[in-house]
Amino acid sequence: MRNRRRIVAALSVLAALHLAILLAGFVAPYDPASQNRDFPFAPPTRIHFVNSHGHVHLLQPFIYEWRVRPDSFNEYEEDRDREYPVRFFRQGPEYKLAGLLRSHIHLFEVEGSAHIFLAGTDAYGRDQFSRILYGGQVSLAAGLLATGISLFFGLIVGCVSGFYGRWIDESAMRLVELFLVLPWLYFLLAVRSFLPLHISPTQTFFLLVAVIGTIGWARPARLIRGVVLSAKTRKYVIASRGFGASDSYILRRHVLPQTYGILLTQSALLVPQYVIAEVTLSFLGLGLSEPAPSWGNLLSNLQQYNVLVSYWWMFAPALALVIVSLGYLQLANAVHELQSG
Amino acid sequence: MNYLERRVIHGMLLLVGVSVLCFVFGSLAPGNFFDEMKLNPQISPATVAALRSQYGIDEPLPLRYGRWVKSVFRGEWGYSFAYNCPVKNLLLVRARNTLLLTTLATLLAWLIAVPLGVWTANRRGRWDDRLGLAGTSLLLSVPELVIALVLLYWVVRTHGLPVGGMVSVGFDGLGKEAKLIDIVSHLVVPAATLVLASLPLLVRHIRASVIEVLQAPFIHAARAHGIGGARVLFRYALPAAANPLSSLFGLSVGALLSGSLLVEVITGWPGLGPLLLEAAMARDIYVVVGAVMASTFFMIAGSILADILLVVVDPRIRLGSI
Repeated sequence: MRNRRRIVAALSVLAALHLAILLAGFVAPYDPASQNRDFPFAPPTRIHFVNSHGHVHLLQPFIYEWRVRPDSFNEYEEDRDREYPVRFFRQGPEYKLAGLLRSHIHLFEVEGSAHIFLAGTDAYGRDQFSRILYGGQVSLAAGLLATGISLFFGLIVGCVSGFYGRWIDESAMRLVELFLVLPWLYFLLAVRSFLPLHISPTQTFFLLVAVIGTIGWARPARLIRGVVLSAKTRKYVIASRGFGASDSYILRRHVLPQTYGILLTQSALLVPQYVIAEVTLSFLGLGLSEPAPSWGNLLSNLQQYNVLVSYWWMFAPALALVIVSLGYLQLANAVHELQSG
Repeated sequence: MNYLERRVIHGMLLLVGVSVLCFVFGSLAPGNFFDEMKLNPQISPATVAALRSQYGIDEPLPLRYGRWVKSVFRGEWGYSFAYNCPVKNLLLVRARNTLLLTTLATLLAWLIAVPLGVWTANRRGRWDDRLGLAGTSLLLSVPELVIALVLLYWVVRTHGLPVGGMVSVGFDGLGKEAKLIDIVSHLVVPAATLVLASLPLLVRHIRASVIEVLQAPFIHAARAHGIGGARVLFRYALPAAANPLSSLFGLSVGALLSGSLLVEVITGWPGLGPLLLEAAMARDIYVVVGAVMASTFFMIAGSILADILLVVVDPRIRLGSI
């Protein structure tokens, strides 16, 4: 019972987050690349519910615009002269919903000429909240796609080597051992370094996904092989072979369904791991590069000493990363416990 | 041939496999170290061509691999284009630093994880066990990258510890004790990051295997004889639970090595990580291969060490019998 609740909780958090990131254009108030050179490193905008006259606006919150403190160079204070109400479902800059539908409607906008920065801004005054959402598209898609590749190769190698055995199994398992013993981050870096550095963002993205995905196939392959080995000797499988079933029929009907459980837990474990792998590579400058946002290159701002020390809101992408991996790990744990009874 | 010899030979074969893999991937890649020289108008094409032939860039893959193997047997491990010296000279210092960091982190992590794991196993289901579980699952989902950044933020804000590198400026002028203190103070942030990152998994595994042992009849018997709580836990339960834990030890060494790359880069610890990153950026291929080989070697050595440990802690296992 507790497990079911945990699965529901983890799934709903993950679903909300994935939906927000998929519909980044709608949820984010600004374009991820639009700059506000007047507001470099502005802290997160405070949202107010009580105005200066003591009136409470619970349903109609408002903000004050930041302005640079007159006696300082880059410290901000609230400009209390004018209140800007936050409006929901309003027209804003045009975007493409999930890369398909053109639209103007944003979840929230601020009235007038003011800006709302929920997670502060970076050196060019770009809204971090919008960049985290758009960057999440890259990071999560990389994680999900790479997981797909890993599980696909793992499934094929595991099934074939478990089912046909003998020299195929022998050689496949030696290869698995080879990949398991590799310190994967070192190897990932080495492989990425051998690939061209200066290519278009789309190419980089797919290269990254392919590299991450092809390195991680070994563990799922070994687990799936184990399941296939035990499924192969079940009595109903031997019986159906006796009735003249072909190899491909047995694989499809009797063996493959046995592997679903492992595929499920493995994918819940691999996705956060691969998201982190993408973040790591981008952080080190080997992944996606500016101006395209990804959680890794958003975090790489923190490599600069002054940013690390002075602007705590630059840690915001890390929070998103932690929530994603927490969600997936809870899901993996709960599913695993549910399966093992 | 006994078990240990078989393991060592197996490990060496794996190393050969890794080196082949590195070379294959390396030769698939377009571009090499000398490509950027072509852009420089002061270097004539003839010079670049001469350098290329001198370093054997244009030779076919098997020939280059053969030359590399020969240089390994000479103890050079290939030649670094960027540093203009045999790779071994670079690797030895860096590998020593990485080993220092990861050994310390491994020891610390286990020293903290064992009491925590045993304690939470003993208090299974109570409030402190739940607190521990919540803590470990939270810590488990914070990537090393974030732990390192947060620790750095904290250290930089409090000005308590030096950040970056392994020694301070003016290290050579210090006395022996001051030198040691200097290195240790530089070690704190990277080591703490690695410990925090590897702790949750260790605590969970230790807790699980101790819980299993605590249900055994001999524990009840020991308790019935009036043997105290801590003595039962550490003298009776822990040795019985040590068997699965010693293979975990090998795994944790590997995980720490992989993780230390990133931590070294972020905190500026001069280990294999920054060397690999620099070499990767510059296409200094033999340095890349060397760094990958060194870290793979550590991983294999870790798992062999775990097997030896298994024999030591579990008297039922004899080397001849497996």
